[in-house]
Amino acid sequence: MKKEEVWDINIQPKISLFEVDFKELWHYKDLLEMFVKRNIITQYKQTILGPLWFFIQPALTTLMFMVVFGGIAHISTDGLPQALFYLAGISLWNYFSDCLTRTSNTFNENQLIFGKVYFPRLIVPLSVIISNLVRFFIQMILFIAVYIFFILKGVVIHPNLYILLIPFLILIISGLALGFGILISSLTNKYRDLTILFQFVIHLWMYATPIIYPLSTMSPKRQWIMALNPVTSIIETFKYATLGHGTFSLMQLGYSFVFMVVLLAIGILVFNKIQRSFMDTV
Amino acid sequence: MSETAIKFENISKEYRLGLVSTRTLSHDLNRWWQVNVRGKEDPYLKIGEVNDRATKGNSEYVWALRDINLEVKKGDVLGIIGKNGAGKSTLLKILSKVTTPSTGSIKAKGRIASLLEVGTGFHPEMTGRENIFMNGAIMGMTKAEITRKLDEIVDFSGIERYLDTPVKRYSSGMTVRLGFAIAAHLEPDILVVDEVLAVGDAEFQKKAIGKMQDVSKGEGRTVLFVSHNMASMQQLCKNGILLKNGTINLTGEMNKVISYYQQQSSDLQLQDIGERTDRQGNGKLRIKNVIVKDISGNTINSIIMGMAFRLKIVLQNNSWKESDKINELSIGINDEYGQRILVMNNIFINKKLHFNSSEKDISVEFIINKCPLNSGEYGLAFYLHDEFELVDWIDNIFRLVIDEGDFYNTGKVNRKGLGKILVDYELVQN
Repeated sequence: MKKEEVWDINIQPKISLFEVDFKELWHYKDLLEMFVKRNIITQYKQTILGPLWFFIQPALTTLMFMVVFGGIAHISTDGLPQALFYLAGISLWNYFSDCLTRTSNTFNENQLIFGKVYFPRLIVPLSVIISNLVRFFIQMILFIAVYIFFILKGVVIHPNLYILLIPFLILIISGLALGFGILISSLTNKYRDLTILFQFVIHLWMYATPIIYPLSTMSPKRQWIMALNPVTSIIETFKYATLGHGTFSLMQLGYSFVFMVVLLAIGILVFNKIQRSFMDTV
Repeated sequence: MSETAIKFENISKEYRLGLVSTRTLSHDLNRWWQVNVRGKEDPYLKIGEVNDRATKGNSEYVWALRDINLEVKKGDVLGIIGKNGAGKSTLLKILSKVTTPSTGSIKAKGRIASLLEVGTGFHPEMTGRENIFMNGAIMGMTKAEITRKLDEIVDFSGIERYLDTPVKRYSSGMTVRLGFAIAAHLEPDILVVDEVLAVGDAEFQKKAIGKMQDVSKGEGRTVLFVSHNMASMQQLCKNGILLKNGTINLTGEMNKVISYYQQQSSDLQLQDIGERTDRQGNGKLRIKNVIVKDISGNTINSIIMGMAFRLKIVLQNNSWKESDKINELSIGINDEYGQRILVMNNIFINKKLHFNSSEKDISVEFIINKCPLNSGEYGLAFYLHDEFELVDWIDNIFRLVIDEGDFYNTGKVNRKGLGKILVDYELVQN
């Protein structure tokens, strides 16, 4: 009578830290696609300008930076046209900070649906990263347009072969955003005040990253400190590759990459652990 | 007979009150300071006072579920009933992996899907079509599966014209219908349904219940059902379990479980009305207790709309004399706002009452052949007058709970909000 039964589902009180179900994640790939679609199309629904906002946002920020930092504070842009210099930094940074802000709120924003139905929670931050990536690519069109405009105007720009590194840069910065985001979401799940604190930190972080100034204007000692910021080398490499001004160091890029891998691994493990019981703490 | 679909083994869920986060870091730090450094009591441990049932030891732990062992056969439709807080939803949440058990394990065969509280997960800015795909995906369907089912879903919900309109333009009824249609067309092996049938108009409810019957009966699926709507539970479920304070109180056929549940004397009925001081009258007789019984005399907890029941009034004899004569004995039923809905007394029906002075407890019973009240909670008032003066008058002595039921025997259930009373009627065409 007694025969070995096969169970498809086995719900246990505790799982080991390293039990991340990637197979399940793959099963929900259609959901990921739906969420990405939702994030993109709902963003500018019922706005007059619609998707044009993808361009207006970075354009306005650039304009603002040109007035405040370039015009009033006279911060150097390494001899590059201000618009181009700022836009290069802003595009990448906005992608990073948008991903970070949105993913760090994963649990709080979705508690209603998380409380009702199960699906791998990691789908939500992943969808944020991907939909922001789409937006980033669209914004790159603006960057390229401005780029061509200045070349036609006769400004000498020296792009170089390091341009081929850009996909790799995007990979690192996406990984960093996801890693930080899910790690923080695991914390804000319990302590809401961290959300507010965190907004402030992101703001400060931007100034600690060479967005509005070139790294080369810093003293060597400061440069060394800033190199600890894993985003620094990504922005600098991007500017170096596209504009020919900036610093490139394989060491530093390697550091950012290793940082990203370790952070992402920790992030996924913690997130995976928290997601199982977050309904009891939220 | 048939194979097991789900096996619950020693499932317990424990909430540790002391560790429930206060949600802000400063509060947690303050708590840590007060408790561990200054040795004072936890300033935020107030949750424990409310939730004093099923406590263990010094009430730091609350067991929402305790040692649930249960096997559900494949193709069974199991109804889970119990009072609020008995652990019904917690059990389903653990099964659908929304939260984890503290001990024990659940083993199951096949895919589990839970029927969302209808409309959760809808994005108002997206069209009906987009939401069908998204909602389906949330519940674990692949795009191909949803595409295959799309026509059926649209057909069932009856929103074809609005398929490409954003959901925020839908009436609430349409949203509900769409949500249910998606969920009902899932094809999981195990379906978990938590209180979703209490939505939509009567017609849709019938359609929904019919669909649930198809899902469970025709297609050999295992369904776990939680609802407070006893009428639909009775229609849908073969077997049932009664949860009480996180443990299984009774397992068996649904009908038996429901009647047992209704017979359980509630805390309310044990309330000591005789001790209350907010009353008027000379107090020769005082109402002491109200007991609700079914027609055959079993004490019940709640009444189903349309059912026959008895209302037993127990009076305490303080100084009633043989010569005293009852003039009026009335029971009033009030709605939730305290508005009097109806009065029953001995005068309307020419019933002379005479109480013996020697009896310590005197009781009378009102027999109501068909409960005319709509579902909800009602308050009772009591009034007793002898030949000359008021004997006892007290309001809000009892809460009468009426559950939804099939008043007209047509399978159509009148809902809360559609009036307060029901009458038998006919409709003729001239």
